Amino acid sequence: MTALKLLHPLIALAAAPLLPGVINRTKALFAGRTGQPVLQLYYDLWKLLRKGAVYSRSTTWIFRLGPMIGISVALLALTILPFGGLPAAIRFEGDLILFAYLFGLARFFTIVMALDTGSSFEGMGAAREATFSTLCEPALLIGLAAITKYTGSVSLSQMFSSLRFSDWGQAGPAFILVGSALLIVFLTENSRMPIDDPNTHLELTMIHEVMILDHSGPDLALILYAAALKLWLLGTLLIGIVVPVHSGHPALDVLIAVLCMALLAVLVGIIESSMARIRLLHVPALLIGATTLSVLALVLTAR
Amino acid sequence: MNNIADTIMIFLVLTNLALLGVSRLGTCIRIVALQGAVLGLLPLVSSGGHVEWHLYFFSAVVVGFKGMVFPWLLRRTLKEVKAQREIEPFIGYGTSIALGTAVFVLCMWLSSRLPLPKEPPSMLIVPVAFFTIMSGLFLIISRKKALTQVLGYLVMENGIYTFGAAIVERQPVLVELGILLDVFVAVFVMGIAMFHIHREFDHIDTDQLSRLRT
Amino acid sequence: MSFFMLGMLILLAGGFVSLCVGRRPVPASLFGSASAVAGSLLAVIPSFQVLIRGVSESWQTDWTVPFGSFYVQIDALSAVFLIPIFGLSAVAAVYGATYLLAYREKNLGIPWFFYNLLLIGMALVVVARNGLLFLVAWEIMSLSSFVLVTFEYERPMVRQAGLIYLIAMHIGTAFLLVFFIVMGHQAGSLDFTKLSGTSSSVANLLFLLAIIGFGTKAGFMPLHVWLPYAHPAAPSHVSAVMSGVMIKTGIYGIVRTITLLGTPPAWWCWLLILIGVSSGILGVLFALAQHDLKRLLAYHSVENIGIITIGLGVGLLGIHRNSPLLAVLGFTGGLFHVLNHAVFKGLLFLGAGAVLHGSGTGQLDRLGGLLKRMPWTAFFFLVGAIAISGLPPLNGFVSEFLIYLGVFKNAPGGGLASAVVALMVAGSLSLIGGLALACFAKAFGIVFLGLPRSPLAQHAHEADWTMRFSMAVLAALCLLLGIFSPAVVLVFQHVLPEIIPFDVSPIQKELESASAILQHFVFASLLLLALTGAFTVLRKLLLGKRSVRQAVTWDCGYAQPDARMQYTATSFAQPLTDLFRIFLRTRKTISLPEGLFPADSSFHTESSDISERYLYAPVFQWVGLLLSKLQWLQHGRLQIYILYIVLVLWTLLIWKLM
Repeated sequence: MTALKLLHPLIALAAAPLLPGVINRTKALFAGRTGQPVLQLYYDLWKLLRKGAVYSRSTTWIFRLGPMIGISVALLALTILPFGGLPAAIRFEGDLILFAYLFGLARFFTIVMALDTGSSFEGMGAAREATFSTLCEPALLIGLAAITKYTGSVSLSQMFSSLRFSDWGQAGPAFILVGSALLIVFLTENSRMPIDDPNTHLELTMIHEVMILDHSGPDLALILYAAALKLWLLGTLLIGIVVPVHSGHPALDVLIAVLCMALLAVLVGIIESSMARIRLLHVPALLIGATTLSVLALVLTAR
Repeated sequence: MNNIADTIMIFLVLTNLALLGVSRLGTCIRIVALQGAVLGLLPLVSSGGHVEWHLYFFSAVVVGFKGMVFPWLLRRTLKEVKAQREIEPFIGYGTSIALGTAVFVLCMWLSSRLPLPKEPPSMLIVPVAFFTIMSGLFLIISRKKALTQVLGYLVMENGIYTFGAAIVERQPVLVELGILLDVFVAVFVMGIAMFHIHREFDHIDTDQLSRLRT
Repeated sequence: MSFFMLGMLILLAGGFVSLCVGRRPVPASLFGSASAVAGSLLAVIPSFQVLIRGVSESWQTDWTVPFGSFYVQIDALSAVFLIPIFGLSAVAAVYGATYLLAYREKNLGIPWFFYNLLLIGMALVVVARNGLLFLVAWEIMSLSSFVLVTFEYERPMVRQAGLIYLIAMHIGTAFLLVFFIVMGHQAGSLDFTKLSGTSSSVANLLFLLAIIGFGTKAGFMPLHVWLPYAHPAAPSHVSAVMSGVMIKTGIYGIVRTITLLGTPPAWWCWLLILIGVSSGILGVLFALAQHDLKRLLAYHSVENIGIITIGLGVGLLGIHRNSPLLAVLGFTGGLFHVLNHAVFKGLLFLGAGAVLHGSGTGQLDRLGGLLKRMPWTAFFFLVGAIAISGLPPLNGFVSEFLIYLGVFKNAPGGGLASAVVALMVAGSLSLIGGLALACFAKAFGIVFLGLPRSPLAQHAHEADWTMRFSMAVLAALCLLLGIFSPAVVLVFQHVLPEIIPFDVSPIQKELESASAILQHFVFASLLLLALTGAFTVLRKLLLGKRSVRQAVTWDCGYAQPDARMQYTATSFAQPLTDLFRIFLRTRKTISLPEGLFPADSSFHTESSDISERYLYAPVFQWVGLLLSKLQWLQHGRLQIYILYIVLVLWTLLIWKLM
């Protein structure tokens, strides 16, 4: 049983760097290019881990501590989140609140880390990150409250295991609303396309990428790895709620969940290929919209 | 529980909120058209199984007017007066959406206390109807362009129509058609009026019309 | 009880001694702080006894004042407030011992005397069980803190702050006076034990009076206007005490009122939640727009009072709906947050004081890079910043978590009302959390990180050891209160029955289940700390033998980077302040650069309080206009004033004899 509990963290640790690869491959396909290998992030991580480091003279220990906190938070969140029928190692009533707030801790250090360099570009990125993530929080928590209200469970593990496809028939609209809200949160928190362009090459237009400009070597490797894990984590949350598969066979459940993650990555790739980034000034309206969807879902489940 | 009716209701709520948050006039007209067209299907769904021929007729008329004729009229006016395509709100888009959500929750509460002559086909119909009327009023109050006010008027009518679907046993077709005709004439007249206002003053900003009173 | 009284006597005696030797700074500080520490530590002992045993202690004696009796009692509810009051005051006194020495030329006996008097006042407010005694203690507290606020009375800003503070406090007290008169009139006595069971309309009136009277002290929006003036004006250790515990006496007053008034109707609960939501969100928004470190912290007090009030509102709703779950988690979360806020807000004000002391300015945009010059202060401030942002694994998260848990567990079933509670609480707490995070990432990042933005920041020096010791104690408490939260929560088992009129066993059960849940949280927190430690070691090993170089920050190839090109606090907060401009009404003064060789240009923003600008200013202007009509009464001649007095006396006499 203990081994089973550690299975999800292990799967995620091994497979998470695949997601950016799949996204990039999809985008390349749409653009008619061959694109980088699916395993590119693994190569990058391996290369970075073997390098030395360069630090800016203005930085302090905060700058070096940040990446450690980021990766630790991602690992801890993996132990809270169930995946495709696999139980979570740590589960208790209210773990979904801890889950949401853990990302807050990581964000605090990302912002502070960026400010530590004293660069105006990184300050700008930090300000944007602070703004957009702040607006994401209500969407995420109210959305989770809606699911709690519907399922009656305050723990992610219980919530995932009690959801069935038949619930779509009963409260389909609510699920669509929460699903869309969580998708927007997923895209924002992971700095994906309509909000942030991960491929941009101009510091002025970046959000997440600009905050880690000064990191190098193993620190950068840990940041990239943590980012991939975050993609995995929020994806799992989205899939666990929207696609409640319970086939009865554990291995099959896991397989389907992995497949869903791959499909989600393809979907992100499609979104990135077919949409332009919206103006930074209009991002708050989108996030307020996501919160509104969550609120509607919560009110709908109230009947 | 009627899932299709519920879905239509939620669609209605989302279109209302979208109207509050959208900045382009053209998009607004399209959203109102979509809202009207989907609403036209409501009598077919809410009658509960047996659908009579006059319902089909009625539905077709509603979809035709709300989904095609009105939008066409409005877009023509928009083209003629060459208005700027941005809406220019008194209250910002984000704030409008937040306010709208709060009003929706309030409407849910209000309708839970409202005594009704019969059980409506969807529990959502009454609150959503309230909310649609409120959104229409909100658009009229908070936006500068005269065209948006016509849109608000249309949205309000949609709300009243939905409310009718909730409480009336069988749609009194004549009454509904009468209202529809009224709205048609109103939209027509407003379009002409706006055209003339534009020709006189070169804009259709209502807040500047207040200068006329002196 | 005898320890409590002894502690009070030591505080009073120490204050007097300090006053006598006030002209000599070192002995005055020594006597003042030593007596404050000794008195506090002694007086806090009975509180722990009460909390552990669950038996309250009381002491009563006659008082010659009509309706008054010297009736004091330490029950579990008082104890929960007494512990932070004495604890934080003792720590702040150690800090103040050297902090105040910067003002050598002044008479230091005065601040120490009034500091001790403030402690006595706060303690008496919490233990008083007679209306008159309560009001006297309340005034002692208000007036002694007024003297402390105006410590640097030479500065006009400070005098203005003192005046606003004095007026606000007395408007609040006026409402409390009416409150006790109405209450006493109903019961025929001002002793709290006889004050229960009033009719519903009177109870409604009393509740509103209490909300306004106590809310002014606590700093509810829009009664908070004095807070952002008074807290920055006071010496930092006094700000810590005022913000950390003094404003909590307002919260205490509201909780005590709830226990006196009987079963609450629904609208009380909704009113409290609404006040909490608006104070919380607006408080943190205004904090975000501030340019001064202590003013920023003062606005955060409004925010945290908001969170506490949300907790109280949820708890009250639990009483109203007969739900032990909601009542226990709401009140526990709210009262636990009282304790937590005392710890981290105390810590942050002490940290801000160290910055002020070391660099000479609290203006965010003139600071920067202090971490290299004040490493200890920076570390402690970081701990406080994480705690106040409500992030795991520190204590701030735990109390917010309990409130969340209450509304989430209550959400299933209960129809629309429970959904709306969940919506309001989850929505506002998460928004407040996010904004607080942004605000403290800004405060910490701009003040301590990057490059110094002015010579002041360049020549800053670290605080001395007593100041560091005080901060270290509070920072350790931030972690310990988080790690030992399962045990701390169980302390409330004797407190809650004082507030919640249910059987003890369901309350006990809910508390135990909350404690069990928190154990999982503690496990997760320890895991997080272990993981971070492991990765730090891993990184050390990886980088041990490799080249680690120093370079300039990436500057896009620009040749002459300058500290003034850094992002400032104002620009960091700008996206958020612009987004919420509807509440903030920030005024911007811009002069753009012009011409081919632009010379001077400037940009300035100011977010003054909306309630001050749109509520108080018009009202006071109106009152002023009205009163100016009475100016004909003022002639400036002594004879005429005496004539007025004689006339009034005659009128009263005739009226009485009629």
